[in-house]
Amino acid sequence: MIQVEGLSKRYKNVEALKRVSFEVYAGELFAYLGPNGAGKTTTIRILTGLTKRSSGDAWLNGHHIEDNGIDAKRSFGLVTQTINLDQELSVFENLDLHGRLFGMKKRERKEKIKELLEYVGLLEWKDALVKELSGGMKRRLTISRALLHSPSILFLDEPTVGLDAEIRRRIWSLIKRIQSDGATIFLTTHYIEEAEFLADRVAFLDQGKIVAVDTPQNLMERMGVWAVDHWNAEGIKTRYFRSRKEAQKFMETQSPGFTFRRVNLEDAFLAFTGKRVSS
Amino acid sequence: MNGLFAVYLRELLILKRRIKRQLAGMAVSPLLYLLAFGYVMGKEVKFNDHTYLEFLIPGLVAMTSMTQAFAIATDINIARFYWLIFEEFQAAPLSNVAYVAGEVFAGMTRALLGVWVILFLSLPFGVILHYGFFFWLSVLLNSFVFASLAVSLAMLVRSHADQALLNTFVITPMAFLGGTFFPVDRLPGWAQNILSLLPLTHSSQLIRASAFKSSIEPVSIAVLIIVGALSFIFAYKSVDKARD
Repeated sequence: MIQVEGLSKRYKNVEALKRVSFEVYAGELFAYLGPNGAGKTTTIRILTGLTKRSSGDAWLNGHHIEDNGIDAKRSFGLVTQTINLDQELSVFENLDLHGRLFGMKKRERKEKIKELLEYVGLLEWKDALVKELSGGMKRRLTISRALLHSPSILFLDEPTVGLDAEIRRRIWSLIKRIQSDGATIFLTTHYIEEAEFLADRVAFLDQGKIVAVDTPQNLMERMGVWAVDHWNAEGIKTRYFRSRKEAQKFMETQSPGFTFRRVNLEDAFLAFTGKRVSS
Repeated sequence: MNGLFAVYLRELLILKRRIKRQLAGMAVSPLLYLLAFGYVMGKEVKFNDHTYLEFLIPGLVAMTSMTQAFAIATDINIARFYWLIFEEFQAAPLSNVAYVAGEVFAGMTRALLGVWVILFLSLPFGVILHYGFFFWLSVLLNSFVFASLAVSLAMLVRSHADQALLNTFVITPMAFLGGTFFPVDRLPGWAQNILSLLPLTHSSQLIRASAFKSSIEPVSIAVLIIVGALSFIFAYKSVDKARD
């Protein structure tokens, strides 16, 4: 599990992360939702040893991220936002080197690589050079690499950014499968539907601060269940209702131009921060 | 040890993929020097009973082992800034010593390859020198110094462009002034004193002395060991500075 206490990061005059605290329980999928620049990647980079913290503490499976960095690093797999594969090496070579970095024995590496490539549907591409793969395949390869040493925690930093809708859904089902196999997953995203579909709990991050943490359902229900949007010259105005009946009754009294939908996490995020995740 | 080997193996796999281009690249400059300076002036100019060609080849060995070992910095920077592979190492349970040693060994391997290319290219010129224990020890020490220096500087630079500047301001002047193309002892005393601070000056002298079967300067060996050890420690300390 992941435990974070008062984590801060300052870059010269910018405070990217402001005393963030949270806990992710074993087997949970925890989504960190916020617009670009909110501090999502900074948090993951600190937790995985890529960036130095300015203050605060964090533990991964009880190992402090810096004082006991080597043990902390053994317990997680990381999928970074940008594809960081050796383009000139083959799929197998990329995975094999990762296994060696984590001290896996030759036989174990060979078996696990085969198993994982089957898992992500890339077995027939084993000997292909990474530069020959499509974006979605590269993403699946980075996920399989992160799983190779059987980590109990998986960090996914915007794992579907830049991918088309179909590939995104395939990655989602892969993530669900990884979680059902017992991994604790920490996911950053700025896609509302991704957090809604995947997360057990969601943290809203805005300007380096966590403004809310709860299940997606609870966060959304704070607003209501149904929403009616009205577009006018000033933008969209939304009203929330506890029941469909109330929403429909309100719609009947209004002129055309109103639309009716279920409340989503974007509404909740807007209520907490005054802005949209996509802003 | 696993981590060290993984870092080293990665560089070797990349080298293997590019081997033809790499060998061709390693051959171009030495071949031009051999033709322009060695072949044309080689038989006319003499230094202490040795033809200029005989004088030049150990110098080229010293220069190439330096440039090829230092070139590992470029590979590290490509991995760091372009492919972001360095993040894979940073997030792995890998000690700084293992990372630095893996990259330094990779630099030394490149340097040895470069030296073999020169020795091969010098064959048609009919120059026969002595390539004994001290020759190879000097080559290894020189490549260790410059590979360690390369790793430390690669950790400190903030962009690929900075790396190119280091090559221009550090490696190129050293390549020409470090006793590769002319004997340093023909320069004025003050210039000799300054050039004796450069590790390449000591490497050139050692490599040339061993190739000519002359007496070896223990001071030069000591200088290379000390500079190499300091560079390695500097590289070790610099790895953490690469984190933002």
